[in-house]
Amino acid sequence: MEERLEMRVFVEQMALLVDLKLRDEYRDGVITNFERICNVARVVLEFELPEDVEAAPVFEP
Amino acid sequence: MSLNLTDAISIAKAVKTREVTAVEVVRATLSRIQTRDVELNCFTTVIAEAALADAEKIDNQIEKGEDAGILAGVPFAVKNLFDIKGITTLAGALINAENPVATQDATAIAKLKQAGAILVGALNMDEYAYGFVTENFHYGATRNPNNITCVAGGSSGGSAAAVAAGLVPITLGSDTNGSIRVPAALCGVYGFKPTYGRLSRAGVALFSSSFDHIGPFANSVRDIATVFDVLQGADDKDPVCTTRPPVETRHVASLDNIDGIRIAIADDYFNQKAEPEALAAVQKVAEALNVKDYVTIPEAHRARAAAFIITAAEGANLHLEKLRSRPQNFDPATRDRFLAGALIPSNWYIQAQRFRKWYRDKVREIFQNVDVIIAPTTPISAPLIGQQTMILDGEEILVRPYLGQFTQPLSFIGLPVLSIPIRRPNALPLGVQLIAAPYNEAKIIQVAAYLETLETGFLCH
Repeated sequence: MEERLEMRVFVEQMALLVDLKLRDEYRDGVITNFERICNVARVVLEFELPEDVEAAPVFEP
Repeated sequence: MSLNLTDAISIAKAVKTREVTAVEVVRATLSRIQTRDVELNCFTTVIAEAALADAEKIDNQIEKGEDAGILAGVPFAVKNLFDIKGITTLAGALINAENPVATQDATAIAKLKQAGAILVGALNMDEYAYGFVTENFHYGATRNPNNITCVAGGSSGGSAAAVAAGLVPITLGSDTNGSIRVPAALCGVYGFKPTYGRLSRAGVALFSSSFDHIGPFANSVRDIATVFDVLQGADDKDPVCTTRPPVETRHVASLDNIDGIRIAIADDYFNQKAEPEALAAVQKVAEALNVKDYVTIPEAHRARAAAFIITAAEGANLHLEKLRSRPQNFDPATRDRFLAGALIPSNWYIQAQRFRKWYRDKVREIFQNVDVIIAPTTPISAPLIGQQTMILDGEEILVRPYLGQFTQPLSFIGLPVLSIPIRRPNALPLGVQLIAAPYNEAKIIQVAAYLETLETGFLCH
């Protein structure tokens, strides 16, 4: 319950920061989806990557 | 007309030998679309007049003895995120319906037309390609021709269903996380996602550029190979498009051996969390090819997770302005996911991109010892339209993301993959992925073509 509450606060604050106005009718859906993203992100973030691994570049100046 | 309208090369041959005219082929195609598509909802636009005019040009060329192209008179259609000159590119979105019409054809369409093929329309998809079911809030659900109560898969659902129903022999779709392969498997047709960057995406509405590919659907390996050959070539208009020389695969499709090709079955992640039928389909293919070796793709679950994060972040960024100004006009099935994606911390995105590089290097090592890997395309056959959840191993899971379980870790690093259609008696079709190292599409085509010659009875068509 507490975690859910914090997630709500994060989503609302972050939405303000990126200038997204979350309408009341979308709010719960966005929070649910963001929780899902958090769970998925954890799988990526917990993996210890060697420091020298860079993202593959595609930008050509 | 007794002509088989589901086979592109047969049509082209018949048109070129004047057994039938291109106009007759297009008329028959339009008539079939008119009759069947009311129920299936594959097409969002049919361009009858332009198609008939193009067909007439092909017939005139042939009459004059000119070369009308390898796909002369072959009707095709494209997912509605490809630009069609004179038509608004919908990308499955209501918002895009207000856009001006496209001023030129997407590169892929131009190439097919140059080869003599005739564009007959645009096909339904999930909004902005963000989905695996093609249950579009604005334009309706595309129904699976094998069972109209089931989804066609997505996001290129219209493209797969149109080929499966025999409306057109060839369609184009796009694949970011499985959007060609998933609907191909659920509808029982071939769906090919070549190497990332192999085919130009110029004139295609992007979703997540790190992973966006385009590719064809067809009923035979020969048609897939021919279209792939036609579509290749460098294109300045797509910065991702490779400058490597094209590879001709259609001659490979006529070989009837797989001599020297090392094939293995993907185990571990690709052998779990699937219905037994999906794994049995892989076994059938392996037995037909006499393959007994297994190979482990490491950290595939993490690859899927990283693909999920990158897609969510890039997709949200692409549509950020519209998410700010008019979120009410998005499909409810995509809106909340896009909005949530806009809130992802940059660190997560960058970490996922770095992991992609690590994972790519590991998978490259595997391809030192194997040429083609076999894995299921989807873990289940087509779910019902409207179905949200299912029980797997006693656990309730969301059906929609689950459909990309086995496709997502492969497009994540741009591997070429062909989903081949597996027929099952009294059951919906499934797909098996043939996966190769980057730019080794020819090996996939050779193995798939060999399977077609075996007359195993389990391949669709």
